[in-house]
Amino acid sequence: MPRGLFSDRLPIAKMAAAVVALSAAISAVMLSINWNGAEDSTAAPKIDDLLNLMIVLSAIVFSVVVVALAYALYAFRAKPGDGSDGEPIHGNTRLEITWTVIPTIIVLFAGGWSWKVLDEIEEKTGHDMTVDVFSQQYAWSFGYPGKEYAYSQGVLHVPVNRQIIFKMHSQDVIHSFWVPQWRIKKDNVPGITTTAIVTPTKVGRYQLICTELCGFGHATMRAKVVVQSESAFDKWVEGLQEKVPTDLMVSVKQDTQTNPEPLERVEAE
Amino acid sequence: MADALKRPGWYRAALCTVLAAAFGFGLVVVLRKISGLSAFQSEQTGYPQVVVPLITAPLGFLLGIGCFDYWLRWGLGMPTIPEDHSSHGAHSWKDYFKVNTDHKVIGIQYIVTSFFFFFVGGLMAMLIRAELAQPGTQIVGAGTFNSLFSTHAVLMIFVFVIPMFAGIANYVLPLMIGAPDMAFPRLNALSYWMLPLAGLLFIASFLAPGGAFDAGWTGYAPLSTGAPLGQSFFNVGVQFAGFSSIFTALNFLVTIITMRAPGMTFWRMPLLVWANLSTSLLVVAATPFISGVQFMVLFDRLMHTNFFQFGSGGDVISYQHIFWFYSHPAVYIMILPGFGIISEVISTHARKPIFGYRLMALALIGIVVLSYSVWAHHMFVAGMFSWLRVPMMFTTLLIAVPTGIKVFSWLGTLYFGKIHTKSTAMLFALAMIVTFTVGGISGVMLGMVPFDIHVSDTYFIVAHIHFVLFGGSVFTIFAGIYHWFPKMTGRMYDEKLGRVHFWGTLLGTWGTFIPMHWVGMDGMPRRVADYASQFGNWNLLISCFAFLLGAIQLVFLYNMIVSWRFGPKAPANPWGGKSIEWLVSSPPPIFNFDEIPRVVGGPYEYGVPGARHAIMAGEGAEVPATEPSVVGS
Repeated sequence: MPRGLFSDRLPIAKMAAAVVALSAAISAVMLSINWNGAEDSTAAPKIDDLLNLMIVLSAIVFSVVVVALAYALYAFRAKPGDGSDGEPIHGNTRLEITWTVIPTIIVLFAGGWSWKVLDEIEEKTGHDMTVDVFSQQYAWSFGYPGKEYAYSQGVLHVPVNRQIIFKMHSQDVIHSFWVPQWRIKKDNVPGITTTAIVTPTKVGRYQLICTELCGFGHATMRAKVVVQSESAFDKWVEGLQEKVPTDLMVSVKQDTQTNPEPLERVEAE
Repeated sequence: MADALKRPGWYRAALCTVLAAAFGFGLVVVLRKISGLSAFQSEQTGYPQVVVPLITAPLGFLLGIGCFDYWLRWGLGMPTIPEDHSSHGAHSWKDYFKVNTDHKVIGIQYIVTSFFFFFVGGLMAMLIRAELAQPGTQIVGAGTFNSLFSTHAVLMIFVFVIPMFAGIANYVLPLMIGAPDMAFPRLNALSYWMLPLAGLLFIASFLAPGGAFDAGWTGYAPLSTGAPLGQSFFNVGVQFAGFSSIFTALNFLVTIITMRAPGMTFWRMPLLVWANLSTSLLVVAATPFISGVQFMVLFDRLMHTNFFQFGSGGDVISYQHIFWFYSHPAVYIMILPGFGIISEVISTHARKPIFGYRLMALALIGIVVLSYSVWAHHMFVAGMFSWLRVPMMFTTLLIAVPTGIKVFSWLGTLYFGKIHTKSTAMLFALAMIVTFTVGGISGVMLGMVPFDIHVSDTYFIVAHIHFVLFGGSVFTIFAGIYHWFPKMTGRMYDEKLGRVHFWGTLLGTWGTFIPMHWVGMDGMPRRVADYASQFGNWNLLISCFAFLLGAIQLVFLYNMIVSWRFGPKAPANPWGGKSIEWLVSSPPPIFNFDEIPRVVGGPYEYGVPGARHAIMAGEGAEVPATEPSVVGS
């Protein structure tokens, strides 16, 4: 194959300009929209930055495909009644290597960035508090440390700007814990304890949504979430009358003994 | 009458079905009596007196309709009835309702049956979108809603997309490689006949007490192990769909490896053949995992085996690992044959050789290898070992590379070609490139763990899967059906109606599934019958486009039925294709070829002066026996 077989015969500069223009336009529109809603945890802005990075990379890839297809349809349509064949071009090794290597670099870069973000959002700060999450068809309840495992049903209170380590337990089927404004989700799996780490950064009220199909009440399995100042939170916990029921405590113990949480199992190795 | 009950056919099938069901029922009742248990057991997860007949009755049907006659005679040492090929070919519509060993008849049987389930599953989608058009509950309750989306997904995956590709390949692939039939025609017939049984079992679950299975098509334990009887219909139905799939894949593997015409080396196989070779490699190794895991759920339900019972030493998450070890390769089972179809359609209608043929074939194999190492990306928030997330993220992202090679090579194929867009097949193929790219991009985004944590189990997932499955697989199915319709039926379809179908489908697909990304990221979970009122307007819009998408399929149905009956006669090679199926008449002769063709070059030698792919009987002298292959140069 002669060098420049294609570049001589295609308006490469114009096509490249079209790709740049289209990807800039798509990126500009899509970056200006706040897709994921309010960013109310330390993880949220990092995950949204990752999304923005992906929007730009995706806009470029999408534009390359669309411009390439559009130009082909513009330039190489058969004239009516033309029954002849196209040119017998079977490939071009340099081009094929290019479109293998460049996507590989892009996805490895995106993967590396994701890995970094994942480590950051799960990093322990030391200034933390553990809250137990109990789920069952179709209700949430929560246990707080300190005062003999205070217990609240249907409403979760947490202090702002403190890392909360949620230890999750399910009594029946799999449920999933999601607060969209925190961007954090984790399944509650019967038989084991799972963990999610969140540092809320804003005082406010949210909704906790179950995102794993758990039966006919799945759509309505919600709880209130209240993020408040440290002092207000302490006062609220003090005022709680209920303790975590014994059967829930027993199941937590069983979970941890028979099937220690994955993170701890790996760290022990 | 007595004679009709002895011959293979519907009368004997009905009799055998009843007898086998009675046998299964009696077996359970008698064994329970002997064991001192009550004859009937009606715990919601139990009902062995119903579940065992669910297994025996379909086997009885297969026996009665005649799938096992030859093997049984042979196995019992009776004189076998020599194959006189009188049942080859279909002479009237009634022949499609008989056990037939002709790959062309089986192909049509597969395609028509799969489209039947496509329309049933589509009606369910319409009901789902009607319920979701407004927040709150209007049309169906939450329990029925769960049954509807579960059955919709199961019908579309197990008895539409997967067998549809098997059907298209069944018809086209033996012709393409110059084989008179599949390697095991009787096994091929058995594979087909298990398919309607699986579909009927899924649909029949609506009759079970407690309603149809409602744990999603994923059937996660322990929701599925504790679900009402309908779940067992799913567990058993998957076995029939799974075995059908495995037998067909074995058949394709042996056919492709051993029955290629002389001269057809691996590097001269059309890409559709490569695609089905790759798919079959996935099916034979991965499908046993879903068969196994559904048996484990069935045993947990019926016999309390505790595979996934967390209170008794079972492990809930292991269900997901086994399930996805099949079900991730399954998404490639549902797209690789489509990649093959798109390659054929684009090359033919652009009058150009495939750009980078060898890399295209290697990319398929690359996807096969990688697809076994990405399953846990469905489980990033499932509570599995956390260390597994990062390696699975990288393998998932890397699978975009061979997929990208396919897309870029299709685009490369268009350049310096003579692109004909009058065929609806080509329109679907070109649209699939863009639509599938969008699905691929959202797939890469989902592969990135931190973003996936936010959007897993939201409408973003629903958007992604429909972009790859509808915008990808279903578009390729339509491309394939339009492309080979003249070959299969001997008639031309109506291009005007085809265009209406194409533009309606394209608009419906984008209008329905693009906004789903947005509501998902903004906080709407999936699999919910009711949702926060803030998403009301978007859902109304989505439902309107979904109804358009559903309604426009009726145009397709009308076009296919009317054209099959009254369409103008099709020439042997309406698109000017080079591969062997276009060198025989439309429809092909009963035994495909009077004499096996001789393959002398690559399958896509458009524009190469004097190049031939194959030489048919009686025209051997004009062309030199060996031509230098220009493929990949």
